Amino acid sequence: MLSYDIVIVGGGSAGLSAAVAAHDAGTGSILVLEREPRLGGILNQCIHNGFGLHSFKEELTGPEYAARYIQMADDRKIERMLSTTVLDVSPKLVVTAVSAEQGVFQIEARAVILAMGCRERPRGALNIAGCRPAGVYTAGCAQKLVNIDGWLPGREVVILGSGDIGLIMARRLTLEGAHVQCVAELMPYSGGLRRNIVQCLDDFDIPLLLSHTVVGIEGKKRVEAITLAQVGESLRPIPGTEKRYSCDTLLLSVGLLPENELSRQASVELSPVTRGPLVDESLETSVDGIFACGNVLHVHDLVDFVSEEAAHAGRKAAEYVQAGQERRPRREDELEVRVSGGVRYTVPSRISPSSMDERLVLRLRVGQVFEDCYLSVYAGEKRIVHRRRQVVAPGEMQEITLRRSQLEGLEPGSHLHVLVEGE
Amino acid sequence: MDVMELICIRCPKGCLLRVELEARGEEPRVLSVSGNSCPRGDEYARKEICDPTRAVTSSVPVRGCALERMVSVKTERDVPKGLVLDVVNALAGIELKAPVRIGDVVLANVCDTGVNVVATKDCLA
Repeated sequence: MLSYDIVIVGGGSAGLSAAVAAHDAGTGSILVLEREPRLGGILNQCIHNGFGLHSFKEELTGPEYAARYIQMADDRKIERMLSTTVLDVSPKLVVTAVSAEQGVFQIEARAVILAMGCRERPRGALNIAGCRPAGVYTAGCAQKLVNIDGWLPGREVVILGSGDIGLIMARRLTLEGAHVQCVAELMPYSGGLRRNIVQCLDDFDIPLLLSHTVVGIEGKKRVEAITLAQVGESLRPIPGTEKRYSCDTLLLSVGLLPENELSRQASVELSPVTRGPLVDESLETSVDGIFACGNVLHVHDLVDFVSEEAAHAGRKAAEYVQAGQERRPRREDELEVRVSGGVRYTVPSRISPSSMDERLVLRLRVGQVFEDCYLSVYAGEKRIVHRRRQVVAPGEMQEITLRRSQLEGLEPGSHLHVLVEGE
Repeated sequence: MDVMELICIRCPKGCLLRVELEARGEEPRVLSVSGNSCPRGDEYARKEICDPTRAVTSSVPVRGCALERMVSVKTERDVPKGLVLDVVNALAGIELKAPVRIGDVVLANVCDTGVNVVATKDCLA
């Protein structure tokens, strides 16, 4: 059986950054497994710019950002197998994969980093009534058709969902000669970044219809029209507000789901909120030696933070491998991170102060829009973090940096509490 | 004096900018910018009002590459906002031949803007 210190499942932004960091932390034997024939993952089809402001202090397109990390992996001669799909990860860290060249084969690992990314919620997840004609695509699928394969998926387009990919595709399809009639969003606010509303919709006079959803799709072979309706506070369509749009294409940009089939097979405990693994301060899952990072852990808005998070996972996996048998005992001082008051989740969700670095980035999302508020962290009764925010919104991930000194000396079994406060 | 609100597009933060203007007419003059959390916001607001520009990205077909059918491209710098569609139209009909390297000029001085369109992806032959 093949054997590596660290096997990384996925060669996108998370997998590449984890590989580079693990190598730099002293692990020589690393293998990246990638399903596609090229490294880079979703960045390859994200040809727009705006990536890398944080990591590289310049605005790069997706393929350029990917190329930087691919170069780093090449420079370090990190081994990779492309067009190779992982079929199973066992709790004992045996990875089963398949490729056209090698058939089915197994790899023994001392640590595994899950970096499979996420996928789009499809039409089936939405319960839209109506026919089942061609012409209904997820936004990312349309993005791949246009940018990678060179096809235009339709000419008269309506987009449901104002996530960033939907907004980006509204602009991209417009530039390629399609007519985007509108973007409908179920919620009373957009799920995308404000800058994308400006540069993808406003620049091209594409209307954004908040509190609207699709209630019907018409067409036998191809989409002929869709019907939009306004929704009330309960998010249910309001009768009488229906409006019919003649079109040949409906794009769906209605959320992303971490792709965790392999994690489940490995008995990794998942969060019902993020649908990604529950991890500790080292981004290690509930299974010893299995780490997770990037969009498989929780869906990110910005690749820069994926790279940062994945580098952390890579370093920690390297430390884990190097510690070998000496890493036990551990975790008697583990603190559970609880959330309330508008905070939906944090990553990590448990922290052992004795195992953490000097600083730890806690990433979180809120469930609704808050203005002029504070993000607070309590350790027992004591407030240890109190950060003012002009606006926090569900579409924008928040970060809080914790210092080890803030967490030391807490009673075993106590917890941290993260919430949004008015003052 | 007029007041305008803009959302900064220079980074994902998307600061809400408040711009005070003298005469919104043909030659607007920016008096002050507030709400920005970095100097880029100030710069963006002044530019957006007097001379709005955008970077343009697209993709063009490539021949002779086993892996890729399309090469992604971008304008090396921003071009005037009013020329965005012209830039994309100018790319119609262009077909590249592998190998293509990141930074290779795909179309020089697009629409007489003085800006080159360059490849953003490596495509090996």
